[in-house]
Amino acid sequence: MSTASQTTPRIAPGRAGVKKELPDRFKDYRHVWVFLELERGNVHPVSFELLGEGRKLADKLEVQLAGVVLGPPGEMVEDAVAEAFAYGADLVYIVDAPPLADYRNEPFAKALTDLVNTHKPEILLLGATTLGRDLAGSVATTLQTGLTADCTELDVDSDGSLAATRPTFGGSLLCTIYTLNYRPQMATVRPRVMPMPQRVDKPVGRVMRHKLSLVEDDIVTKVLGFLPDNQSAMANLAYADVVVAGGLGLGAAENLQLVKNLARAIGAEHGCSRPLVQKGWMPADRQIGQTGKTIRPKLYIAAGISGAIQHRVGVEGADLIVAINTDPNAPIFEFAHLGIVTDAIRFLPALTEAFTRRLSPHSRDKLAS
Amino acid sequence: MHIVVCIKQVPDSAQIRVHPVTNTIMRQGVPTIINPYDLFALEEALKLRDVHGGEVTVLTMGPPMAEDSLRKALGYGADRAVLLTDRYFAGSDTLATSFALSQAIAKIGETFGRPDIVFTGKQTIDGDTAQVGPGIAKRLDLSQLTYVAKIASIDLDTREIEVARRAEGGTQLLKSRLPCLITMLEDTNEIRRGSLQQALCAARSQVVKWTAADAGIDDLTRCGLRGSPTVVKRVFAPTARAERAAQIDTAERGLQDIADELIADILTRRPALEHELAFNSGT
Ligand SMILES: Cc1cc2nc3c(=O)[nH]c(=O)nc-3n(C[C@H](O)[C@H](O)[C@H](O)COP(=O)(O)OP(=O)(O)OC[C@H]3O[C@@H](n4cnc5c(N)ncnc54)[C@H](O)[C@@H]3O)c2cc1C
Repeated sequence: MSTASQTTPRIAPGRAGVKKELPDRFKDYRHVWVFLELERGNVHPVSFELLGEGRKLADKLEVQLAGVVLGPPGEMVEDAVAEAFAYGADLVYIVDAPPLADYRNEPFAKALTDLVNTHKPEILLLGATTLGRDLAGSVATTLQTGLTADCTELDVDSDGSLAATRPTFGGSLLCTIYTLNYRPQMATVRPRVMPMPQRVDKPVGRVMRHKLSLVEDDIVTKVLGFLPDNQSAMANLAYADVVVAGGLGLGAAENLQLVKNLARAIGAEHGCSRPLVQKGWMPADRQIGQTGKTIRPKLYIAAGISGAIQHRVGVEGADLIVAINTDPNAPIFEFAHLGIVTDAIRFLPALTEAFTRRLSPHSRDKLAS
Repeated sequence: MHIVVCIKQVPDSAQIRVHPVTNTIMRQGVPTIINPYDLFALEEALKLRDVHGGEVTVLTMGPPMAEDSLRKALGYGADRAVLLTDRYFAGSDTLATSFALSQAIAKIGETFGRPDIVFTGKQTIDGDTAQVGPGIAKRLDLSQLTYVAKIASIDLDTREIEVARRAEGGTQLLKSRLPCLITMLEDTNEIRRGSLQQALCAARSQVVKWTAADAGIDDLTRCGLRGSPTVVKRVFAPTARAERAAQIDTAERGLQDIADELIADILTRRPALEHELAFNSGT
């Protein structure tokens, strides 16, 4: 079994953590890059969120923002390039080759690593999706650089370094991490943590096309098939404008119907806290929180959820948080905007009814007049 | 078949508390556990061994007390345990960790037989990065199969493996080659309880303890803080919101009344929601 130690540059002795002059070999690393994740023909929305964030970093650093698109030759890649420009990229690097049709680590890692080594970005951002994490981990290892996972905030310091903030200790604390003496500075960000930027139609910008230095025969791993999730609803949870969720306080699996009823009445998606998934009351894709989905709705209603830190980090981006809980000291009241201390099992049907009344065409007409 | 499973001893994060005044973590008395995600990987390895024969070696890098988690793994039925422990590893980030572990795995290969599969959990509950597995794969030049939900088949003659892998929006079916590195998804396995006999054996069996030198690591600048390109500059508590949730009075009122007030409150704060909710509900 060979190790990479022969092929990778030796790290100079000394504490990596101590700020010192950036080594000469990294001095010409410039620009901010965002990896655009293609998912069955579409760009994953997290890539747009990252372009929005990348734009801010690039403007602060007064450098360009580039998108990276890897995929099979054809329309899918061309569409993704147009979208990258619409969401703020100044230029886009493309590697299009048949082996990039379905995600596999080898050809994607090779393509991205080669691009970085050729064009030398100072910052490289990827979505913390299953694909993004798989890819980022191996690219950072090959490049022997720092990678900060699941950032919740990105900024540039006065000296131009990337300051990447992420939760630590199971979400109970935050820490700010720097990659001081290596380039690029890499970070991943989960979907929905950053706001979606405004889409602006604009003429296509500069495109740089590269070849994949690998052919299908070089690739050990083969794709045999893909089984799409049949429930498309779960993809919607992260992007829903209104979410109603239930927790263990609902007491029994049947009571989740109360959550679903309210959700249906106001056109919301429904979700839950983790113990409900563990009990098998709801599928894992409905779980909200640190180890579930991050959501950013305009309205979040939490019924019978205590508001543990691991749940909190997944809902903090919500505009308006409403909590229904029998315990006046439940932690959720510390970050909710509106609270009701009451039995959710009795209150949810009442709320559903009141909403239905309020939103009925009749009362809407009255409102308009 | 030789399988190496990387596990990590982590603080039981459900029990960590932040000191309300000093904002420091109160670690005292917090129990440690095997990273729960790693148990699914360990169980998968034990099942494969039971079917195909061979041995399972568990490996951890950590302080001397991490031996406890290795003993637990032996209690579940692992055949051998290796503890990689040295002060030079202190402060390792994911890059330095994957370096040290990959060196130890190479040494395990030389000493006890080359592994066919290296397992890790999906991620740890303290670091949460999911980066160490891919790092090890890259350094050892193993094909990388992350977020594996199911191992469909292994053919030891052709050295082929087929897995179902969790991907965005669905499940990817992949065929690859041994040796490979697999990061195992949660809830893929019912974790077995070790037998009493295994527990007794585990208490008596030797844990192999290696320093950096024992594992054949001669370049110490790639370990620990020195080998870590990322640096934690600042640790802080999330800013508490200035005010607690505005409470809706529920005393001596009908539920409909309370519900109406809540809705009025919501729509006063976010007037734009009114049309959106009505529109979405399709009423
Ligand atoms: C590594 C790790 C990751 C985790 N990730 C997540 C995650 O992603 N998402 C997540 O949610 N959790 C996660 N957790 C679990 C988290 O720590 C909490 O255990 C969980 O969020 C609690 O769920 P809950 O609030 O539904 O249940 P509980 O903590 O049991 O709270 C139930 C609440 O309901 C209230 N209640 C009881 N009866 C009623 C009633 N009739 N009406 C109204 N209220 C009532 C109670 O007062 C209580 O506040 C994680 C934990 C760990 C260790």
